[in-house]
Amino acid sequence: MSHESTYVPGTGFERWVDKRLPLVRLGYDSFIDFPTPKNLNYWYTFGGILSIILVWQIVTGIVLAMHYTAHTDYAFQSVEMIMRDVNYGWLLRYAHSNGASMFFIAVYLHIARGLYYGSYKEPREILWGLGVVIFLLMMGTAFMGYVLPWGQMSYWGATVITSLASAVPLIGDPIKTLLWGGFAVDNPTLNRFYALHYLMPFLIAGVVILHIWALHVPGNNNPSGVEVKTKKDTVPFHPYYTVKDGFAIVCFFILFAAFLFYMPNTLGHPDNYIEADPMVTPAHIVPEWYFLPFYAMLRAITFDIGIPFTDIVLINSKLGGVLVMLGSILILFVLPWLDRSKVRSMRYRPVAKLWLILFFLDVCLLGWLGAQLAEQPYILISQLATAYYFAYFLIVLPVLAITETPKALPRSISESVTADKAGMRKRKTPVGMTAGGSHPAPAE
Amino acid sequence: MTLKRTLAALGAVLPLALAGGASAAEGKIKELKEPSWTWEGIFGRYDQQQLQRGYQVYREVCSSCHSMKLVAFRHLAEDGGPFYLEECPVELGLPSTTDCSDPAANPIVKALAADYQIEAGVDDSGDPLIRPGLPADYLPSPYANRQQAMLANGGAYPPDMSLLVKSRVKGRNYIYSLITGYEEPPAILDVPPGQYYNPYYPGDTASMVREEYLDEEGHILHEYELPPGGAFKMAPPLQDGIVTYEDGSPETVDQYARDVVSFLQWSSEPKLEQRKEMGGFVMLYLFAFAGIVYASYRQIWRNVEH
Repeated sequence: MSHESTYVPGTGFERWVDKRLPLVRLGYDSFIDFPTPKNLNYWYTFGGILSIILVWQIVTGIVLAMHYTAHTDYAFQSVEMIMRDVNYGWLLRYAHSNGASMFFIAVYLHIARGLYYGSYKEPREILWGLGVVIFLLMMGTAFMGYVLPWGQMSYWGATVITSLASAVPLIGDPIKTLLWGGFAVDNPTLNRFYALHYLMPFLIAGVVILHIWALHVPGNNNPSGVEVKTKKDTVPFHPYYTVKDGFAIVCFFILFAAFLFYMPNTLGHPDNYIEADPMVTPAHIVPEWYFLPFYAMLRAITFDIGIPFTDIVLINSKLGGVLVMLGSILILFVLPWLDRSKVRSMRYRPVAKLWLILFFLDVCLLGWLGAQLAEQPYILISQLATAYYFAYFLIVLPVLAITETPKALPRSISESVTADKAGMRKRKTPVGMTAGGSHPAPAE
Repeated sequence: MTLKRTLAALGAVLPLALAGGASAAEGKIKELKEPSWTWEGIFGRYDQQQLQRGYQVYREVCSSCHSMKLVAFRHLAEDGGPFYLEECPVELGLPSTTDCSDPAANPIVKALAADYQIEAGVDDSGDPLIRPGLPADYLPSPYANRQQAMLANGGAYPPDMSLLVKSRVKGRNYIYSLITGYEEPPAILDVPPGQYYNPYYPGDTASMVREEYLDEEGHILHEYELPPGGAFKMAPPLQDGIVTYEDGSPETVDQYARDVVSFLQWSSEPKLEQRKEMGGFVMLYLFAFAGIVYASYRQIWRNVEH
């Protein structure tokens, strides 16, 4: 889109259309002849994977909606009817529920890729911000979708999470009542969640279009973090990346199929096969795996924050937990301005790279903690892990932007590729092996 | 850090992490028994004979307290179910137009359903209609409602069995361990009347410790250990010989338990066989397709240094 269009209408009809609505030109320039850095590795395939899964979820979801009944008396039975009596209903339902998990696996790797290669930095701040918007919409959609089968975890998960709204001073309780459509999680809640669960994927699709638009204005970042200089640094998107993304998509679907056909309930919770019962609280309410890191941060705030040496509480522990949980995602919006280092890729930031890897481990640890009981020592570990989560953005990155000495950057993508190849050859020859085995320094 | 290297590292670390998570999630119950099940693994399928025996155990033992509301008689005659027939048995002498693979026409299931009297709404004059069961009917429940069920069972509600295996952690091994695992309570426990001790039941034994084994603060004396499990209101349901099998299978508690758990697995997951069969084709297709796409990738990129 930002590059010069190379589309040449081949026939009279194409010329006629092109003059009136250049849709074919848009598609051609965006997905056929779009100049793409030639050094994108497999971490860059998750964008394509995510768009396929979005379509997958919408298609399976619409067919499921044809058979589902959004009423507290029938929802659980209607889901089981889909599993037992609808032709290939079991396939649709497992495809949709496991598809949600696959969506999150892919989106976490996609975000991690962005963090590692500095894809959020100038001039891609809006691209990154739109990505965070998509992530938030995804979380909302997944949460409401999990309520629809009306199992025990659906009901109690919905109760716990919607009750968080009441932590907000003054307007919290009205918000909670609005979410519930009454004074408890009940039929109106299920109905509005169903309506929103149907709506939000289309909002996601809309923001995805903006996300791709914002990607195509500056063009892709790449593992070297160096901008495209000449045409030699790029290849046309088709066939080079259609085939590479295509291969990654097929591999990802092998993972997906392994879950769908052989472990369809492994990522879910057994309690959700018990119909919702407002009179019986499950022993251990846990959200779906993809929310666990945020759930851990929510629960980590077990203390009130007030004015020292007085009894005045400014933020109680509940509100504190909600703020921390929301903040853990909202902070991503300002990341481009927290990390002022001019170097994008962690390949050339030896110190920041270690802190980032620690950050990734920290998020995994939080995920594990989210599934544990709210007792010591898990609370203390959660607090430390939450502290590091925020410290990475608020302290580590701003400080490193000033103190770190990055490695010398390659002059161009082509040069970085040549240096990589030389490094590979060196690594494969035992005689020339150097100690440490760290990333080869780019050629001078 | 390429994706390939990261995946390799994850492959090494992940099993350890998962193993750690599993052990942390378990409560204080005895370690579950893990018999082998015919439906486990990629190629695992139900044993139809076993499902039939399991249905018999359910009908003759479990169904006196436990409902199975999501299962209809016709489900029993569907492909993968206990009484599915590919062709009509010759000895029944049915007309050649009968298609016994159709769940509504399956003679075994028709007979099973007809054994029950079903309340089916009202007749043409508005009076309650009670008629013999049809394959389309759902399995009748032992109690009219939850209150009645609880009254008959000392205040405990016998859970519906349709999804029992999927609604418990490691459901198959849990149910098998539970119904074969009743034992005399350890001497330090005082089990209330009407309750039964089971080391696999995720209950609470601390509240049942006899007073003479507690110190002044109510903690168990340090030379004793708190027994695993708990007590609940289901009496041991199975005894050797309680169900008579026609196919000569051993009439033991262990065999009954294996059979009924297999049946409960089927009722939780009736499409398991179709699922795994389709999975095989999908996997073959995806692996072949991946190979072709990878070859295309190598071919297209052969002249690009990247």
